[in-house]
Amino acid sequence: MVFLQIASVHKAYATPEGALVRALDDVTINVKNNEFLTLLGPSGCGKTTLLKCLAGFEDMDGGDIILEGKSLRSVPAHHRPLNTVFQNYALFPHMTVAQNIGYGLDVAGVKKPERDRRVGEALEMVGLEGFGGRRPAQLSGGQQQRVALARSLILKPRILLLDEPLSALDRKMRESMQIELKNLQHTVGITFIFVTHDQEEALAMSDRIAVFNHGRLQQIGNSTEIYDTPANDFVANFVGTSNLFAGKVIARNNGLLIVETANGRKLVGTGDRFAIGDSVKLVLRPEHLRITGPDEPASDHAISGTITDAVFVGSVVRVHVDVGFGRTAILHQKYDRRGLGSALNPGTAVTIVYSPEAAHIIPEGA
Amino acid sequence: MIAGDTISTRKKRALFLLLMPITLVLGIFFLIPLGIMITYSFLEPGLYGGVEWNWYPYNYGRILGWPLNDYEEFEPIYLAIFLNSLKIAGLTVLFSLLICYPAAFWVSRMSPRRKNFVLFLITLPFFANLLIRIYAWLLLLRPTGFINSLLQGVGLIDQPLDMLFSNFAVIVGMVYIFTPFMFLPIYANVEKLDYSLVRASQDLGAGPVQTFLRVILPLTAPGIIGGSIIVFIPALGNFIVPAFLGGSKVQMTGNLIERSFLQSRDWPFGAALALLIMGSVVLLLVIQFARASRRESRGAA
Repeated sequence: MVFLQIASVHKAYATPEGALVRALDDVTINVKNNEFLTLLGPSGCGKTTLLKCLAGFEDMDGGDIILEGKSLRSVPAHHRPLNTVFQNYALFPHMTVAQNIGYGLDVAGVKKPERDRRVGEALEMVGLEGFGGRRPAQLSGGQQQRVALARSLILKPRILLLDEPLSALDRKMRESMQIELKNLQHTVGITFIFVTHDQEEALAMSDRIAVFNHGRLQQIGNSTEIYDTPANDFVANFVGTSNLFAGKVIARNNGLLIVETANGRKLVGTGDRFAIGDSVKLVLRPEHLRITGPDEPASDHAISGTITDAVFVGSVVRVHVDVGFGRTAILHQKYDRRGLGSALNPGTAVTIVYSPEAAHIIPEGA
Repeated sequence: MIAGDTISTRKKRALFLLLMPITLVLGIFFLIPLGIMITYSFLEPGLYGGVEWNWYPYNYGRILGWPLNDYEEFEPIYLAIFLNSLKIAGLTVLFSLLICYPAAFWVSRMSPRRKNFVLFLITLPFFANLLIRIYAWLLLLRPTGFINSLLQGVGLIDQPLDMLFSNFAVIVGMVYIFTPFMFLPIYANVEKLDYSLVRASQDLGAGPVQTFLRVILPLTAPGIIGGSIIVFIPALGNFIVPAFLGGSKVQMTGNLIERSFLQSRDWPFGAALALLIMGSVVLLLVIQFARASRRESRGAA
């Protein structure tokens, strides 16, 4: 049996101007037990609406949510075995940390000795021993985050929903919390459904990622699938940086497809679902592009161009290359502590090569 | 500029100048008259008004009932009136709270334009004179008034209800005039209630009643307390509403004070009554303040 079935869920809103916005358009996802699933997408893509439907704060217009064989459709939020970590944590300001964490147990009528023991355990689990008597306002953002986690996990939910819980933290804190959350999920063995608009966060933490745009599920898969083989140009652009070249398949050669752009440029990539004559797009990641050395043999699918910009961003140099016909390609050149040198000066003519195996082909206009 | 004129001394001087007007107004028109009131309340009333400069604690004695001199009697009626005033003020607070609390939630979730309009409507009654508004209630509530005619007209009652000149009429009038004072503090508090906290409570398994009692009520309590204080204090000392709608049957301490000063010209007795009201209000506020600060220090511990 599927653990959690999100079955063709629909949800539409009327804007104040009277237009209808499809927040969720036929979304179907099967979630596995003990999975770390991330809902990824830009703001307004429907990911938060789906989370609210799961938690029971929004009605669905159509479809169903089935947890372990039971529909949650008519189950009110306070009876669902799911708990939420809210974006702003939503800690009760009039209660202490311990009262916040014990809230769900108090509401459920758990006896005091048992309640106090479990609150103590929860505080320990998130590393906040001794903070029980403080007020949320006296804690840092990261600590508040932990309280919110403990408050939800103490109820041993079947699923923990996390609504962009790391967005309020600074970068360093966010990175350490990513690892901590992932480890915590392993320890407690609870399914996490995590909403974020940060693709790096999604790639770092998830077992699987569901990418959303305009209320539709664009692609679902694990981090490397999403990154290496994006289903369409939205995913290719949203997750990581992509150079996209549109064209038609003109030949097939040893499993590689030869794609010719409207300007006659010939490129080579991989993809199996396409026939000769199909309109496609070729996805080239910046790290797969390389500027050739001076005495390298010519390649049949090389791209020639002129450097317009080279930006040092730390680990790599981001090079913008004008490849003709008004197109700019972005490539990442490794930085090796010898300075940028004159090789990357704007105006330098270069030849760019790539491995055809790394060039993923997606359908045009998907 | 004088040497050593730092930012902080300039700030202090500005603060001093800005606070001067309120200090003068309060000093001259509040503290000094209060001193006069306190002094008078312990003086002997003059035969034809005014005061005799003799030590005379029996103004309080008349109200609270301790050993009296020969010609002033202890009349429990004053205490009874005072207790009735407390009751009326308390019920006024209760009913205006019941009206305003749900309304505040309703208004707080409106669109900004409607919200502003409704807030304007709430202040609208102030544009009409208080006496006219209370007199209108007299016309509504009297035996031949609108409400009785209506009820008789639809056949709900045979005899007109005797609503006027009762505690009921006084409370109706008081609730009517004090509702905006209850509404605004509650609204200010309810408006900034973070709705995600309500969601969090539901999410953690609390039903509507538990969520209300454990989250919404404690978080809106400051508005309720603020509104209650702002309504209770003027309601306790009010004399216009009972004068119109209570007639001679319902007396509040405010009417007694008014009569002592204006009709019997017994200033010391009026002063003593006024100070007793003030004392009881201050006592209530001190208790409330002590409770609030105790809660605060418990939270910080």
